[in-house]
Amino acid sequence: MVEIVAERFTYAVILVLMMVGLYAVIATGNLVKRMVGLSIFQTSVFLLYIATAKVFGGGPAIFDYDDLAYGTIPEDAIYANPLPHVLILTAIVVGVATLAMGLALVVRIREIYGTIEDDELSEIDHDDELKKGV
Amino acid sequence: MSPYVVLRVVSKLLIPLIFLFGFYVHFHGEYSPGGGFAAGVVVGVGVILYALIFGMEAARKAAPPYWARVGMALGALIFAGVGFVSLFMGGNYLDYTVLDPNHTYLGQHIGIVAVEFGVLVSVTAVIIAIFYGFAGRERTGDGAED
Amino acid sequence: MTGADITQYFDYLFMVMLLFIGLTIIRLQNLFAVVMLTGVYSLIAAAWFVSLGAADVAITEAAVGAGISTVLLLAAMLLTAGEAKPTSAFRHWAALVVMAAAGVAVFYALGDLPVYGAADTPANTGPGMAYIERTPDEINIPNVVTAVLASYRGFDTMGEVFVVFAAGVGVALLLNLSGRGRREEDGE
Repeated sequence: MVEIVAERFTYAVILVLMMVGLYAVIATGNLVKRMVGLSIFQTSVFLLYIATAKVFGGGPAIFDYDDLAYGTIPEDAIYANPLPHVLILTAIVVGVATLAMGLALVVRIREIYGTIEDDELSEIDHDDELKKGV
Repeated sequence: MSPYVVLRVVSKLLIPLIFLFGFYVHFHGEYSPGGGFAAGVVVGVGVILYALIFGMEAARKAAPPYWARVGMALGALIFAGVGFVSLFMGGNYLDYTVLDPNHTYLGQHIGIVAVEFGVLVSVTAVIIAIFYGFAGRERTGDGAED
Repeated sequence: MTGADITQYFDYLFMVMLLFIGLTIIRLQNLFAVVMLTGVYSLIAAAWFVSLGAADVAITEAAVGAGISTVLLLAAMLLTAGEAKPTSAFRHWAALVVMAAAGVAVFYALGDLPVYGAADTPANTGPGMAYIERTPDEINIPNVVTAVLASYRGFDTMGEVFVVFAAGVGVALLLNLSGRGRREEDGE
């Protein structure tokens, strides 16, 4: 048990970071802070992916240009796994695009409701429904 | 116009360098870390810095919003277009080997450069568009309107 | 743990900093401080990416996380509110319960993750390493990440570009890209 955790200690801490992000999403009623929590959660997921790609002693998967040109790439060179890097590279940019989308919705909500606290939002909605006589 | 002289002078120096670095990251992306996604964001940041220091009006003149609108679609179309070109040259969709008649690495290199250019255009335009979207708003009066 | 290298000690440093910043973000109610700390969080994550051997990801994360995200969150904060309401006790406990449940679930799965830093795990011996072997012969460019991104997984990347495009269109529709037309909107 101790060995299992010790060999995966980095993952364990990253999972704790994910849980911190999850707490921030649920505990706060402020929509901007909620987006911040989501982005913490997201960054932690990126870290988890990249951490699985780590190989001890290995650098980024980039060949030396001369080695490549002359076909003399050393057989025993160690590289980090490039596949998770590719997945996360695109995910980061998609992440900022979706973050912008969420924030745009928050700005529009603020313009119409005048608040971004979710309990006040549901109160306003409730009052509206009462006015309509539902 | 911002009253901060130091910021204005320093950013005048920095902004060309930011664009230069962005294009370096892009065109050197095959040999070193970088590529269309990172470069697009860096180039977008150059425009954002210009807008933050010199104001939205100056930025709208330098990089009109319709560039962003056109660029978003254009970048995605370049990417998809490369796929169709390879399709019509007898290969699979996005199979760059056929782009070179002799079927060497050259086809792959052409394809990767073209595709990364599409990514650069699209990401830059989206970043600028998103920033213009937020910066064009002003804070409305407090309290609910209805 | 065999074969550990110097980067492991960097890992501990980054872990402590990230945990500290994460917990501070939860405690703070001033949104300006929260947004700034989010930028710092992303920057430290980018530094960790370098130490983990993911240079391409680090460049992107530094530009996106510490640059664009911070600017966007600041803009959104200025357009909305500067202070968050303090967390109520009910929400606090509800969040803790959800967090504990999710935490137990992910830690139960922890043992199934590959051993950290080992080269012979299933994750690190499959397609990822095959890309490294095949890139010199098939693509012949030094940066394997670019080769995989643009060529081997080009279809995937095209989808991502379309998602970015869709998000850009969405923001432009919601926030009215050119900044004009606010009057007509009010006139409704």
